Amino acid sequence: MSAAQWRRAMNTGAGRNAWSRPPRAPAAPRSVATSVSRQPANNAGALFVDAVRSIGGRHVVVVLAVLIYPWVASPFFTYQIGGQAMALGLIALSLTFLGGYGGMVSLAQMSIAGLAGYMVAIVGVAGEAQGGASSLGWPWWIAVPIAIAIATLFATFAGWLSVRTEGIYTIMITLAIGVSFFYLVQQNYSIFGGHEGFNQVHAPVVLDIDFNKAVPYYYLALFWALAGYFFIKYLLRAPFGMALQGVRENARRMNTLGFDVTAHRIAAYAVAGVLAAIGGVLMAWYNGRISPGSVGTGPMLDILIIAVLGGMRHPIGPFIGAILFVLVQNFAIDVIARERFNLVIGLVFLSIVLFSPDGLLGLWGYVRTRLMPRGVQPNRMSWRVGPTRRVPARTDNGGVLADR
Amino acid sequence: MTGTRLRTWLWLAVIAVPLAVFVVWANVTNSRQFVSTLLNGVTLAALYFLVASGFTLVFGLMRNVNLAHGSLYLFGAYMGWVVGDATDNWFLALAVGFASAALVGFLMQVSIFRFMQGQELRQTMVTIGLAIVLADLMLWWFGGEIYSFDPPRAIFKSLTIPIVNKYPTYRIVVLGIAIVIGLLLWWFLNRTKVGMMIRAGVDDRQMLAASGVNVQRVFAITFAIGAGLAGLAGVIGGTALSISPGEDTRYLMASLVVVIVGGMGSIPGAAVGALLIGLAEQFGLSYAPTYGVVFTFLIMVLVLAFRPTGILGRRTV
Repeated sequence: MSAAQWRRAMNTGAGRNAWSRPPRAPAAPRSVATSVSRQPANNAGALFVDAVRSIGGRHVVVVLAVLIYPWVASPFFTYQIGGQAMALGLIALSLTFLGGYGGMVSLAQMSIAGLAGYMVAIVGVAGEAQGGASSLGWPWWIAVPIAIAIATLFATFAGWLSVRTEGIYTIMITLAIGVSFFYLVQQNYSIFGGHEGFNQVHAPVVLDIDFNKAVPYYYLALFWALAGYFFIKYLLRAPFGMALQGVRENARRMNTLGFDVTAHRIAAYAVAGVLAAIGGVLMAWYNGRISPGSVGTGPMLDILIIAVLGGMRHPIGPFIGAILFVLVQNFAIDVIARERFNLVIGLVFLSIVLFSPDGLLGLWGYVRTRLMPRGVQPNRMSWRVGPTRRVPARTDNGGVLADR
Repeated sequence: MTGTRLRTWLWLAVIAVPLAVFVVWANVTNSRQFVSTLLNGVTLAALYFLVASGFTLVFGLMRNVNLAHGSLYLFGAYMGWVVGDATDNWFLALAVGFASAALVGFLMQVSIFRFMQGQELRQTMVTIGLAIVLADLMLWWFGGEIYSFDPPRAIFKSLTIPIVNKYPTYRIVVLGIAIVIGLLLWWFLNRTKVGMMIRAGVDDRQMLAASGVNVQRVFAITFAIGAGLAGLAGVIGGTALSISPGEDTRYLMASLVVVIVGGMGSIPGAAVGALLIGLAEQFGLSYAPTYGVVFTFLIMVLVLAFRPTGILGRRTV
């Protein structure tokens, strides 16, 4: 699974054929094909240097902007908009990684996040729950790692289950897993606190910094969001990420090349699980509570909406989507009654799916290529499950068409 | 070969022996509870079959995972309730439930999905969006109240059955309806021309189109029938329990699990899956209330672990 192996794979005629896509404008969003055509790095160190070198001016501008943000924004905007968007974006990032780069759209990411939140409440400090479930009251530096570890285990298990079948089944199985989890926490009073869940799940006070306050919480969420973002950016250029994208493009071919497709997919679920778990802990602290309502179908679909809204082709997508989502959530009340938020966000989601499958990023890319004189048609994401090839995805006649 | 067979038997024994022990224990301690739970399970399975058969029909032919299926269930239930309330005729409500959901399904296929053939994930995303919008529209219109039907007295009495004594007639009626619908579906798919086309389409859509069949029409008919079954189940399920927001998720979840367990795209598979899930749910509810959902989940895990395509499913992807 080394970079050299990947390079060899790409240099075979068949491999090159798979990437024969229409040429794109140089300014088009950086995608797999362009990063492959770069001089591939030979080891992890060089990869890291390569990743650092890829940090451009716009990254610096954005990072500076988000760092200065709480100093110009009101506490409401810092906490409710900024902090929440970062935490939600982190969970959605896990879905973008799985869906956009692994080709597996998992709806269970919120359940994984929710489990991490529950574990923080159960293992750490939380108020007495209804029905006798009580937390162990351990300090945060034990509770949080345990919570993330358990949630990651759950994510790996969910991955192991859902990779047994492919493509469109993933969405069904992960939805079933997520809804099962919801019913479990709702019905179970002895561990999960039943209908009410746990209250008073507060962020810790470390070195006299109270992370429940708006600005510290914002920086905490921002730190993990940036960490997650750059980690995913790094991972996508690492051999594992490359192989994963290869699996997305053509699992059969990758299998023939000697890659363990199943293992790569499960590992992707595990990696996404860590991100979702961190986001889940942040969300539990943000809400100050964790209850079945946080892991119901609504929140599960919210994560999908966020990821699709932003666009699944770049790790920045989920954060853009999360900011928009949180803004709509908070200000829909001014436009239309608050209870109709679902209608608004549902219609936005529907129009994005119908008219711009790449989300806001795709829209932006489209506008940009249109505005440029020598504009080349943007490479629209194909929404077919599995390999992104132009022939209809049909493999059920003995696999004759499978490897065209 | 013998190794795998041995393993299959081993696993069967691991599952079957505790199951047999449980059945004997339950019958010895409280046979009444056992039998009534069994009946509840079977009748719930009948309802699940009605919902899931439409889901699996649509999925089998069009590869469209219709996550708005639960919304169609709820829509049919509400429409049936409106008509049933106005005319006081439960059977008319049943027909309206079927027709209204079928119409919505037909419109969905004709106006949206026919333009996205082969883009499975995008279709599913659209159904998710539709489910969100439909759920909110229905909540807006009908509010959060709980509605219940007023069915004819004749089917709302109780029946005398040995061991359990009194048992609601309506549940038996549901079972009867499910069997009739199942037989009708079998007849439709195996004995009519459209059914033949649908079966051919499940096997190979491209060949079907190449033989000069208007595939879009077959798709529209199938989607309408699948959606109509959801609406019909909505009225039936709404009569057995009640109609309220949130039921859409519940029945979507039920059809998902039933179809995953039974085999995707297979009607007999839906029957088997519904039976397993219905029984598991009722026995879980009766014998281990707080962990009821775990049994359902466990069945799904076991099936996926050993037969990823479901019990009666075929590998098509």
